[in-house]
Amino acid sequence: MESQRRRALAVGAAMIAGAALGMRVAAQQPRVIAVVARKFVFLPNEIRVKKGETVTLELSAPEVVMGMNIPDFKVRADIIPGTVSKLTFTPDKAGTFPFLCDIFCGDGHEGMSGTLIVT
Amino acid sequence: MKMDRRQFLQLGAVGGGAVFASALPGCASLGMGGGGEDFYFVQLSDTHWGFNGPAVNPDPRGTLPKAIEAVNALPQQPDFIIFTGDLTHTTENGDERRKRLGEFKQVAAQLRNPNVRYMPGEHDGALDKSAAWKEFFGETTYAFDHKGVHFIALDNVSDPAARLGEAQLAWLAADLARQPKDAPIVVLTHRPLFDLAPEWDWATRDGADALKILMPYRNVVAFYGHIHQEHHDTTGHIAHHAAKGLMFPLPAPRSQPKRDPIKWDPAQPYKGLGFREVEAERKEAKYDLKEMPVAKA
Repeated sequence: MESQRRRALAVGAAMIAGAALGMRVAAQQPRVIAVVARKFVFLPNEIRVKKGETVTLELSAPEVVMGMNIPDFKVRADIIPGTVSKLTFTPDKAGTFPFLCDIFCGDGHEGMSGTLIVT
Repeated sequence: MKMDRRQFLQLGAVGGGAVFASALPGCASLGMGGGGEDFYFVQLSDTHWGFNGPAVNPDPRGTLPKAIEAVNALPQQPDFIIFTGDLTHTTENGDERRKRLGEFKQVAAQLRNPNVRYMPGEHDGALDKSAAWKEFFGETTYAFDHKGVHFIALDNVSDPAARLGEAQLAWLAADLARQPKDAPIVVLTHRPLFDLAPEWDWATRDGADALKILMPYRNVVAFYGHIHQEHHDTTGHIAHHAAKGLMFPLPAPRSQPKRDPIKWDPAQPYKGLGFREVEAERKEAKYDLKEMPVAKA
C-alpha cells in the first residue's frame, strides 16, 4: 500500500515536472504571426505584440520580391516568392512603430506600410 | 558695374530667393588648394514626369516647363545643370516607362544650356535596374571634374533594395584613391546616403559604407533629391543638402505618421516646388545655395 502511494507520488511529481518543462519549452517558443505581403499591402497591416515577447513573423509574398523592415527595432527581411521568411525579434519598448516594404516593388510601393503596436 | 556671382546671389536673396550660406560644422567647405575658379551649377530634382494627381499638382505637364523657363531666364547661365533623379513617375509598364523618359528628355531639351547631366531615381530605374533609363541617358554611375572640383554621381536606386552594392563601392574607393585628401569633392545621389528617415524609405541600405569611404576626404559635400524638400544635415564633416522637387512637396521627415504628398494650395500655386543654384566659391572655401521657385509670385 505504502509502495503504491510512493509510486503514485513519484508519477505525479514526474507529471508536474514534465508539465513545468513543457510550459518552459512553450514559453521559449516565439509566438508566430503570419504576414502576407501583397501588392501593395501587408496582411495584416497592424500587428500587436507585448513588450518583451519574442515573436516570429512568418513572411510570404505571392507576387514579387518584397521587404519587411521595422526600423525602430533594426530588423528586416527579404521576402522571396515561393519561400517563407522568418523574422524573429523581441520588442524592448512599448509604443506604435511603422513597418514598411523596403524593396521597390511597383506602382504602389510607396504606400506599402503598416503599424506594429507594442503594449 | 561688373558684378560677380556672389554679389549677384546676395542681390537675389534680397529679391526673393532664399540663400543657404553654409555654416554647419565642416559644411560645404572647399579645399583651399588647387587653382579652380568660382562657378555655379543648377540642381533640379524629382520632376516625376507622368505623375497624375490633381489634388497635389493640377499642372503636372506644365510645372517642369515652367522651371525650365525660369532656368533659361537666369541672368547668367550656370556652368552646368544636374537632374538628381526621379525624372519620371514610376510605372510597371516598360513601354509607358520609355514613353515618359522620352517625353521628359524632349522637355529637358528646351534648356538653353547644353551642359546637362542626369541621374536616375528609384521611380525611373528600380523596376528594371535602370535598363530603360540607360537607353536614354547612359551610365548611372560616373565622375567628372569641373574647375578643380571632383563630382561623383552614385546610383543608389537601380537596385530595388536601395543598395549601392559592392561593385559600386569598390569603384568609389578606386575613384577617390586618385584624389588628394583635401580635394574638393561633390557627391551626387538620389537617395540620402545617411539614415534620414528609414521608416519612410529615406535612406540607402549600404550608405554608411559609402560614407566610410568618403570620410578620409576633408572636403566632401553631398547633394541629393528624393525627399522633395530643402533639407540640410551633416554626418561627421560631410554636409548633405536635399533639393526641392518639381511635382509635389513631401512633409518634413518624421513630422507625421505617413509621408503623403502635401496638397496643392490654390492660393499659393507651386508652393514647395523649385530648383537650386549652387555657387562654388573656391577662394572663400564654401558653397552658397540659393533656392529658387518654379515661377515668380
